[in-house]
Amino acid sequence: MTDASDGTLFAQVRDSANRADPYPLYARLRVRPVARQDDGTFVASGYAAIRALLHDPRVSSEDLPPAEHPPTGNPVKDWIVNPLKDWVTDRHRPFIFRDPPDHGLLRRQVMGQFTIARVQGMKRRTEGLVAQCLERCAGSRHFDLVDDLAYPLPVTVICELLGVPREDEPRFHAWATQLATALEPESRHDEALRARNTETFDAIADYMRDLIREKRRAPRDDMLSGLATAKDPQAGRMSDPDLIATAILLLIAGHETTVNLITNGMLTLLRRPRELARLRADPERAPRVIEELLRYEPPVHFRTRVARAPIPVAGTVIPEGAPLVLLFAAGNRDPARFPDPDRFDPDRADNQHFGFGGALHYCVGAPLARIEAEAALTALAARLSNPRLAEDPPPYRPGASLRGPKRLLLHIDGIG
Amino acid sequence: MRDGTIVVAGASLAGLRGAEALRAHGFAGRLILVGDEPHLAYDRPPLSKHVLTGEVAPGATTLPGVGALEAEWRLGVKALGLDRAGRTLLLADGERLAFDRLLIATGARARPWPAPEEARLSGVHTLRSRDDAASLAAGLAARPRRVLILGAGFIGCEAASSIRALGLPVTVVDPEPAPLAQALGSVIGGFVAGRMEAAGVDVRLGARVTHLEGDRAVRRARLADGGTIEADLVVVALGAVRNTGWLAGAGLRADEGGLSSDGACRALDEAGRPDEAIFAAGDVARFPHPLYGHRPVALEHWGNAVAQGAHAARAMLHGADAVGAYAELPAFWSSQFGLNIKSLGLTEGADAVAIVQGSPRAGRFLAVYGRAGRTIAAVSVNAGRWLPAYEGPIRDGAPFPPITGGADQPDPEPVPPGLPSREAA
Ligand SMILES: Cc1cc2nc3c(=O)[nH]c(=O)nc-3n(C[C@H](O)[C@H](O)[C@H](O)COP(=O)(O)OP(=O)(O)OC[C@H]3O[C@@H](n4cnc5c(N)ncnc54)[C@H](O)[C@@H]3O)c2cc1C
Ligand code: HEM
Repeated sequence: MTDASDGTLFAQVRDSANRADPYPLYARLRVRPVARQDDGTFVASGYAAIRALLHDPRVSSEDLPPAEHPPTGNPVKDWIVNPLKDWVTDRHRPFIFRDPPDHGLLRRQVMGQFTIARVQGMKRRTEGLVAQCLERCAGSRHFDLVDDLAYPLPVTVICELLGVPREDEPRFHAWATQLATALEPESRHDEALRARNTETFDAIADYMRDLIREKRRAPRDDMLSGLATAKDPQAGRMSDPDLIATAILLLIAGHETTVNLITNGMLTLLRRPRELARLRADPERAPRVIEELLRYEPPVHFRTRVARAPIPVAGTVIPEGAPLVLLFAAGNRDPARFPDPDRFDPDRADNQHFGFGGALHYCVGAPLARIEAEAALTALAARLSNPRLAEDPPPYRPGASLRGPKRLLLHIDGIG
Repeated sequence: MRDGTIVVAGASLAGLRGAEALRAHGFAGRLILVGDEPHLAYDRPPLSKHVLTGEVAPGATTLPGVGALEAEWRLGVKALGLDRAGRTLLLADGERLAFDRLLIATGARARPWPAPEEARLSGVHTLRSRDDAASLAAGLAARPRRVLILGAGFIGCEAASSIRALGLPVTVVDPEPAPLAQALGSVIGGFVAGRMEAAGVDVRLGARVTHLEGDRAVRRARLADGGTIEADLVVVALGAVRNTGWLAGAGLRADEGGLSSDGACRALDEAGRPDEAIFAAGDVARFPHPLYGHRPVALEHWGNAVAQGAHAARAMLHGADAVGAYAELPAFWSSQFGLNIKSLGLTEGADAVAIVQGSPRAGRFLAVYGRAGRTIAAVSVNAGRWLPAYEGPIRDGAPFPPITGGADQPDPEPVPPGLPSREAA
């Protein structure tokens, strides 16, 4: 069997044994920019092919599994999407799983609230939150980047943006943690846990329903008030189920992703002390470092789609109905697009990565994610004294798509 | 080539980006940019948009990167002639610049109103340069009673949009049955016409202005059907003429339609042979496009000026064979009346158009153009994110319509695009 026709490569990507370094598998997949796997899935791993498919109107994001949803082996689907689908009716699935024209209407309303001013307004606050997290660890010689900083930060930030009252924030942290355990594959066959998950979604939904009512009664200057009261010229006012689905999407989509960017980021820098030192000496480098991280170690390795019609691409035809994987992290390392792609180089020009996806579903939280990552990485570079990795590679969370360390233990001499 | 002297005639977008590419590819010799405008290279697209609405000052359009280029500038100096055998450029101030390579990037100018004495009436404007825009903006600041725009091409329509946004009464006259008919056809142009009317523009289609009247200042325009339009400010937006007059006698194949060049951007002599030392890029260049049967095309696209400037630079340094034929897919954008219009490919000669995503009613859509069953172009209106999917099909000349079974519009219905016949154009 020649390498390129090995139809199990993507199964190997999913195998947690390859979590620490999936990139050699990606290189083998790229030999066929769009490769059929033995289970009928098509995996796009070449940059040009991913780009073409991202923009292709025959490629659908409405790829939710059927209602009874037998385990798919994809933890995100089994443990987040499906329970979510259990209680939001099909019509109200969050817009990340919707196609035009509905997708555009919902997304437009969210974008209308995600204003530059509002996001930029979070910059100072985010820096303050990072400082608080570090203060809490002052005097310690160890630091778990995940628990001590990366994990709590995005939850607090999104709660404040949405307008969740501060006293309710702890509940969101608990919910977020609960949703994260849902990602563990060991728990896949645990009925009790599954039930707890559905309970969590119900709890968030109930909470949101009340909060939305409150925001309608007494709107404030926050995103949820805006979403609950604004009227789109075409779509009118957003319905409650759409609003709830959207609010939960914002919470989930911005959580694990941002955690991974911060932890993968610090891991990458600690493996290259020269780059860490350069960032410390020149915080202005942060935006370039972050863009290169989004290419080199992206928090989201792939997204799934389904073909609505036969699609000719890269010398093959994806048949109608075929599940499709857009392997962003492989496109990001395509030598046909990025010279010397396996080199971490913040100074590279023309860095159009797929870190935030692309086309219609391009991440709406990208500006916020950049602010959070910049606040975290510059503060870590500046304030951790003599940081060293306690384990390399660190243990990874099981997810192959939302890929990142479970913990990132650092030895430090202190926090400045 | 790494050393020697390279001269760039025309110090605007194509010239600047070409010069930057020369440096980026290692050219270490003497680099001289000659431009007849007194300004540092600036960007033209804002001139009909934010400059007219007053959001951007005419002087704030300088192109980024101008200051960083290591080069000598001769600004406010026109190139008067070219001695090909002697490899020298003759400048208006008497200087003779010897060169090893010459990049011609003298662009185009606005086609003037055909009757010179009428064109000289005060209140009659064209719109191509920063000074044009400043003078037009000053005219608008005096709150004319009605602005008349001659020509509903991109610049005419954008000007109409900006001037309408100032709250001034605007009339647009064009002999075609729709605005933008030449570029987009009357089907898509008709949609734009609706937006213009909704914005309160008085749109006169299928009409032709024959005379501009007034003593010293323009007062009215006379139409072919005998009617008149009272207007105290007129914008002549009748397209562009290539700046090739200064090449007369140089023995190159050049006229108002452009300077002919080959796929490596080398200028052609009268016999059609490429001159190894003289290159052309940007609006001035007329080149064979491999995607359109090597038909010579001259574009007026910002993106072409940038990409072709860089292509010419590489050909200058590394040789024609090393760079291959310039085959950039033509791409253009325009913003007007709240519409963001983007196009890929060339619609010329299309025999069918189909809306394949979205719908005009929803205010956002994507239209694909076909010719003899092949896909040749795509235009998006407020839907730029949909456009890249059509890049591959246009390049490959995929069967038309190239994509069916989309989420939004599974079965597109092709109709004739309503492009003016070439004789009429
Ligand atoms: C109002 C306006 C709006 C536009 N909007 C868009 C848009 O939205 N999208 C888009 O894609 N494109 C747009 N364009 C087109 C785009 O600006 C042009 O394609 C681009 O400027 C071409 O660059 P160029 O360098 O080839 O030519 P030019 O910009 O025309 O530059 C040529 C330069 O050479 C100088 N020159 C001429 N003759 C001589 C000589 N003998 N000696 C020395 N110098 C000389 C000229 O004065 C000029 O400075 C717009 C153009 C205008 C005028
Ligand atoms: C580093 C952090 C982040 C990364 C790497 C990331 C990555 C991505 C990617 C790859 C997609 C595309 C999904 C697809 O094409 O199917 C996406 C979509 C999305 N992201 Fe992010 N994201 C991050 C942070 C955030 C944040 C902070 C928020 C919000 C607060 C957010 C909200 C969303 C939403 C709502 C979508 C769906 C957009 C749509 O379908 O139109 N993300 N993100």
